[in-house]
Amino acid sequence: MSAQKTERLLNLVICLLSTRQFLLKEQIRAAVPQYAECPSDEAFDRMFERDKEELRDMGVPLETGGNDAWFDDEVGYRVDRAAYALPEVSFTPDELAVLGLASRVWQQASLAAPASRAVQKLKAAGVEPDSGSLVGIEPRVRTSEPAFEPVYAAVRDRRPIIFPYRTPGRPDVIERHLEPWGIVSRHGRWYVVGHDCDRGATRVFRLSRVAGPVRVVGRPGDVVVPAGTDLRAQVATLVPERATVEARLCVRTGSGTRLRRRATASTPGRDGADELTVLFSDLEMLAEEVAGHGADVQVLDPPALREAVVRRLRGVLAASVAGSPAAAR
Amino acid sequence: MTTGATERLSRLLALVPYLVSRQGIPLPEAAAEFGISESQLVKDLELLFVCGTPGHLPDDLIDVDWDDGHVFLTNAEPIARPLRLVVDEALALLVGLRALADVPGLHDRDALQRTILKLEQAAGEAGAASTQVRVEVEAQGPLADVRRALETGSRVHLTYFVPSRDETTERDVDPMRVLLIDARWYLEGWCRRAEDVRLFRMDRVEALTVLDTPAEVPAEATARDLSEGLFRPSPGDRLVSVELAPAAHWVVDYYPVEEVVQDGDLMLVRLRVVDDASWLRQLALRLGGALRVLDPPELADAVTSAARAALAAYDRP
Repeated sequence: MSAQKTERLLNLVICLLSTRQFLLKEQIRAAVPQYAECPSDEAFDRMFERDKEELRDMGVPLETGGNDAWFDDEVGYRVDRAAYALPEVSFTPDELAVLGLASRVWQQASLAAPASRAVQKLKAAGVEPDSGSLVGIEPRVRTSEPAFEPVYAAVRDRRPIIFPYRTPGRPDVIERHLEPWGIVSRHGRWYVVGHDCDRGATRVFRLSRVAGPVRVVGRPGDVVVPAGTDLRAQVATLVPERATVEARLCVRTGSGTRLRRRATASTPGRDGADELTVLFSDLEMLAEEVAGHGADVQVLDPPALREAVVRRLRGVLAASVAGSPAAAR
Repeated sequence: MTTGATERLSRLLALVPYLVSRQGIPLPEAAAEFGISESQLVKDLELLFVCGTPGHLPDDLIDVDWDDGHVFLTNAEPIARPLRLVVDEALALLVGLRALADVPGLHDRDALQRTILKLEQAAGEAGAASTQVRVEVEAQGPLADVRRALETGSRVHLTYFVPSRDETTERDVDPMRVLLIDARWYLEGWCRRAEDVRLFRMDRVEALTVLDTPAEVPAEATARDLSEGLFRPSPGDRLVSVELAPAAHWVVDYYPVEEVVQDGDLMLVRLRVVDDASWLRQLALRLGGALRVLDPPELADAVTSAARAALAAYDRP
């Protein structure tokens, strides 16, 4: 059954590529043997409609038109060879190597099939991606978030979406309306950027927090991505600024390796500890890091940082003493 | 939507130009290139054999011959060029190339830029949507040196930081491959100190020297299957129960989580712990009570005594 269908579609493609004239439906029916076997006009019509759609989905540029003004009520079909064929393209060996590497990026992800089809087509055009060099380098991007596929398709087709979303720190799931502009992987996580219709502003959503099915609304092309939209900049709003504030820390000898590497100054202190100066931009982030070291690192200065660390350590004790989940809130 | 039939048609439309430009190619080689079995390739050729231009007289049909194990394909002029790339295909390669172009030391940037330009031209309109998808990859550690070691098959010496023990270790490693997983680079290799395959995070490599000694990866060393990510359950793992206040809910996105139960605004989570759990103790201290260890009790105690010891230092005059 499937082989028969492949045969039919292949004959149809060849038939439409072989003609300069637009072919009428009846001419096509006569030219493709599998159509000629159709028992009724209705069966042929249905089959032909489906086949046309499948070819278009595959990227076959099916044209419709008429050859003659007299017959403009009857539609004809053909495929323009220039529009069908991959343009002539050639790559040098070093370019082939990176092409091979790029095709392996999606090895484990939802774009794996299109990536390998693209490579097949390039190979067919005479390009031989070189998998020999750059051996042992395996850059991989995963798309494990269930929301990836529907959000990706909506971004590609420029269709608005509605999805349930869990905001961190809040128990309830809220339905969000978004015109998606782009999808970005940052630090290994996927984000969708777009116009948040509920807030009337640009927002970034993390796909792992999408809490249910993504529904597309509207037609392909309904979303207009504003010119000059910089996806990277939108998502990068989360990046810390440059470190400019000074902190003095007392670090036990042999510990705090990472802090030592960042230190702008270091003087040996008493009792097997050193005094380090480090720069920071986000006080809470540094407080977190210092608290993680426990008794190995103490803040000498500034007092606000010391308080932030002490607050964390007391929080640990309070949570454990309180014991019950209710009290830990 | 692609069905089995269109998927096969897609392959056939690539296979025909591939074979036309490589007359006499051995059957196994062509099958391997397309990732199919030889018997599947023969079925494909048999199908092509009965297709052709309207009329479908012998002269109209595609001519295929593979009798002596070499494939010859002619009379397929209308489909002798491959079908242009569709949006998904152009996008997959272009997004991949642009991601790699962002990584210094990984490869010649110039070659990447040239490839991107050529592919953009070849893809035409189909390439436009690729700007709406972006994968950010950062360089971490001495990637260029590792690449060189892999190319020349050399052993490397690593100064490697182990954060859970807050110590730096020295070891010789025979590199097997370098991987990017969830935006982090790793070197996988045969560690001569552990005499086993080890995965090293590149951002924790403090120094790396490419040695003159050739790498000797033992035959029994096998690369790990990382298709599901880094965390793979193993029978030796321990499960630790923790309670997360809202400020710590993000933890479930970043650590190997076995089970999550929402209880009001708290999350009750079972975390999978493969090592000595010192990272979890650090995490509990960092989060200042927003993460509370429930079980095992020894770990809960370790967290509170560490907090008490740290606070004592501030209480001293």
